[in-house]
Amino acid sequence: MIVAEKKPIEEIIDMVKDHEKLLVVGCNECVTVCEAGGKKEVGVLASALRMYFMNQGKKVDIDEITLERQCDHEYLEELRARIDQYDAVISLACGVGVQFMAETYFNTPVYPGVNTCFMGVTEERGVWSERCQGCGQCILGRTAGICPISRCAKRLLNGPCGGSAKGKCEISKDLDCAWQLIIDRLQELDRLDDYEEIAPIKDWSTERAGGPRTVVREDVRQ
Amino acid sequence: MSTKTPSKLEKILDSGALAVTSECGPPRGSDPAAITRKAEMIKDYVDAINITDNQTSVTRLCSLAACIHLKQMGLEPVLQMVVRDRNRIAVQSDILGAASFDIYNMLCLSGDHQQFGDNPQGQNVFDLDSMQLLQTVRRMRDEGKFLGGDDIQRPPRMLVGAAANPFADPFEIRVPRLAKKIAAGAEFIQTQCIYNLEKFEEWMKLARDRGLHEKVHILAGVTPFKSAGMAKYMKNRVPGMDVPDDVVKRMSGVPKENQPQEGIDICVETITRLQECEGVRGFHIMAIEWEEKVPEIVERSGLYPRPQV
Repeated sequence: MIVAEKKPIEEIIDMVKDHEKLLVVGCNECVTVCEAGGKKEVGVLASALRMYFMNQGKKVDIDEITLERQCDHEYLEELRARIDQYDAVISLACGVGVQFMAETYFNTPVYPGVNTCFMGVTEERGVWSERCQGCGQCILGRTAGICPISRCAKRLLNGPCGGSAKGKCEISKDLDCAWQLIIDRLQELDRLDDYEEIAPIKDWSTERAGGPRTVVREDVRQ
Repeated sequence: MSTKTPSKLEKILDSGALAVTSECGPPRGSDPAAITRKAEMIKDYVDAINITDNQTSVTRLCSLAACIHLKQMGLEPVLQMVVRDRNRIAVQSDILGAASFDIYNMLCLSGDHQQFGDNPQGQNVFDLDSMQLLQTVRRMRDEGKFLGGDDIQRPPRMLVGAAANPFADPFEIRVPRLAKKIAAGAEFIQTQCIYNLEKFEEWMKLARDRGLHEKVHILAGVTPFKSAGMAKYMKNRVPGMDVPDDVVKRMSGVPKENQPQEGIDICVETITRLQECEGVRGFHIMAIEWEEKVPEIVERSGLYPRPQV
């Protein structure tokens, strides 16, 4: 899933302080799972904003809604009939949802309520960590199912570097060395010999470096 | 391993003599005297001088320019290059730049993470890794081709080296990793600073078991401690460094004013012992901001005078 973190309330207030009618829109997908932008967080943010504006003696109307998704037209369209009632929208979706909202409602200011962080997993409740950077050319088959692009601080394809110590990365003792994990798993799979194959220079054109990406599937296109 | 480049370092290594290299860190400013002064102190005691490339990610005068200063003094530089700061365009361009000044040695490195330096908020590149950098230089030199496939007019002629850290984890892939660097094109290796001699000798044995010592010239890396504080710092704070407790104890066991001499003694003892280690083809003396001690270390280790080639 896409993992996000709540923005500090002060930052959100600073963005929306000049508006008088706000709609806080949550998303029922990834940001709900990572507890940054679902129905619950919409309620918490809306209440905090109401309290803030009340204390400031300012009348600001704040409504709440949570859509099934903000990255699909179908669900964004649910706001069509009421969007004009609002001066602005605070979207608690990931950066994808915020942008699709802005594209869909061209005349309405849309502000992000979360910082979108990465594609990752729930290790345990309250702990999410990165697993994928969407490089567009998956190499997990060669790296024992552990991604050095997203999990090595230097994204080394032929790691580990000299900074790997006791299974941890040189930049933080709280961070596993991805290459230690790869080697441990290669050993477990009895494939340690694979380590000596040199990973070729990567074609990064399928990654961010190649510019904004589009996937077109003519077979499913309507 | 037959001579392929005009490198003096290569000639000495191929002659069978033990090679001695050292390194100079460029200044955090633009005064060339900061490099030439250090080089003057050590030039008669070493065969080649590495110039570090923004080591520990702290911004400094660039390695290539510093190498050119050495070249203009008639010395033999080893251009260190990290892949942290350059994409493949910049890498190939800088290699050509070095080649245009007839720089004949290059050390291919990943580079410390930028978090350690003065720009922790900066982006990193890592378009290639150090293994792929080795392949790139070898392709440019041996095939006369850019990565993109086009021919290079007057290809670079560089001896290509890599670093090896026998002490980093996981230990079981440290020798396979050396084999991989050799397969990628490394012709010489400069190791991480050695304080744990038993572990280094074990690594060398495993390398010999695979015949790797005959495929690459291994230069054992040494750094003299200036103080017990430095020994403790290296032990506890520098990633990938293995300083055994008894070494720290030995440094702490002498009065502060004698600690620098103790550090030099340990360094000389290390070199003396490792001269007996089969497969060690020379020494890389990294006297960090202590270049004036290199002559003493070289002389006392019986490595002076240096061969003339």
